[in-house]
Amino acid sequence: MKKIFLIGLALSLYISGYSQLYMTRTGYIGFLSTATLENIKADNNQVYAIIDAGKKEMAFTLLMKSFLFEKELQQEHFNENYAESDKYPKANFTGSYTGDVDLSKDGVYPVTVKGNLTIHGVTKPIGTPATLEVKGGHLLGQCVFTINLEDYNISIPAVVKDKIAKQVTITVKIDCTPK
Amino acid sequence: MRIQKLIGTALLLLFIQAANAQTDSLLNMISDSQAVHKKTMYVAGTFKAIHFVNLQTIEQPAQGSMNFLIQHRFGQLNSGAYNFFGLDNATLRLGLDYGITDRLAIGVGRSSYLKTFDGYLKYKLLRQTDGTEQMPLSVSVLGTLSNYTQHIVAEPYLDADYRTAYTGQLLLARKFCRKFSLEITPTYLRYNLVPTVNDKNNIFVIGSGARMKITNRTALNVEYNYLLPNQVVSYEVHNSFSIGYDIETGGHVFQLVVTNSQSMTESQYLAQTSGKWDNGDLYFGFNISRNFNITKKAKATWN
Repeated sequence: MKKIFLIGLALSLYISGYSQLYMTRTGYIGFLSTATLENIKADNNQVYAIIDAGKKEMAFTLLMKSFLFEKELQQEHFNENYAESDKYPKANFTGSYTGDVDLSKDGVYPVTVKGNLTIHGVTKPIGTPATLEVKGGHLLGQCVFTINLEDYNISIPAVVKDKIAKQVTITVKIDCTPK
Repeated sequence: MRIQKLIGTALLLLFIQAANAQTDSLLNMISDSQAVHKKTMYVAGTFKAIHFVNLQTIEQPAQGSMNFLIQHRFGQLNSGAYNFFGLDNATLRLGLDYGITDRLAIGVGRSSYLKTFDGYLKYKLLRQTDGTEQMPLSVSVLGTLSNYTQHIVAEPYLDADYRTAYTGQLLLARKFCRKFSLEITPTYLRYNLVPTVNDKNNIFVIGSGARMKITNRTALNVEYNYLLPNQVVSYEVHNSFSIGYDIETGGHVFQLVVTNSQSMTESQYLAQTSGKWDNGDLYFGFNISRNFNITKKAKATWN
């Protein structure tokens, strides 16, 4: 009896675990720091993202140096002093989501994403509500969440504390096509 | 029964393991794709400021940004307690640098030393690439012009032409690692008037500078300008050697310097430095630069 149950479980796991991959190389991740004296905004339009809609898993990766700032000097300081992009060139996310997404029907589906975010060489678990949208065969993802820079060992010196916020808001927008 | 339970647990663990491996392989898939589609990137932040101490680095203001620079040197350190070891006197250069494009910069300056005006044009020819070795060096060309306007009663014949000097410099720099950068600057210097027939009007100097980062926001700079021999003979001249310490806070760079050159203009410190380190003919001083963004450069945004 138990054996049959186990085989059934294994089978169901196997069946539910079939891969259905959606991918992009031009995803967007941006961040915004809102401090007393200055708002700093940066955009990265070279985000690599992959979603396995079968197993409900996903992964993101980006190069820190691909973040573009409004001011050249901010970009240099971001890479040299804060993100230390020569030492830690990438930020990664791997995780999974819960929530039903009907791939055969266009529509916006709310999901919850959980996983591990690695920035500045530090990996922390994060979770955030997000939406997945099925639209003409594409899978679009969107979410907004905040992180504490201190959690990732990025310290803000006292002299610039009015210019750089301790918490930054991260916006993710991806448009994946079947792979 | 026990064995069955064990097998069951093992099977479950295996599936969980497989699921984890799956997420990792997703990351591997996009990482591989990223490596294949790698775009050319350029090295940034080879040096902190536009000057090591007196010599220009390959750094220049980005398009639409303006740099205001105050270069300040006190008097000679060995001038005695009566002059408060040089602090009673000062030489000053005020400068403005502006980025016309990311590659082309223009600058003007006025120095209290001989009441000198100067101007320059700087163009980035090549940019060192990041990660790949497509381009190992950053190369800029720099042309400067200077004109001193101090009245000299004994020499009334000095007209604007005689008072003018030019330099042409090739700036070759490489950021070897995140901490260490080096620059070599072959220099051609032209004086329209020299004191005697034995002095050369066309002078060659090899400038050099190095930067060592101490922390993320501070760095040590060393600058040495080697004046090739037998070019300046009628007056005592020494090679200009300077040490500086950069402290960067946001848009400011503050540089504390010690140098044997009193002037901060190319045509004067390269071949007219009379101070000697051995004698303590040193000038303590600082450079302060502040960056302003005049125009907002449009960059890629998501719509």
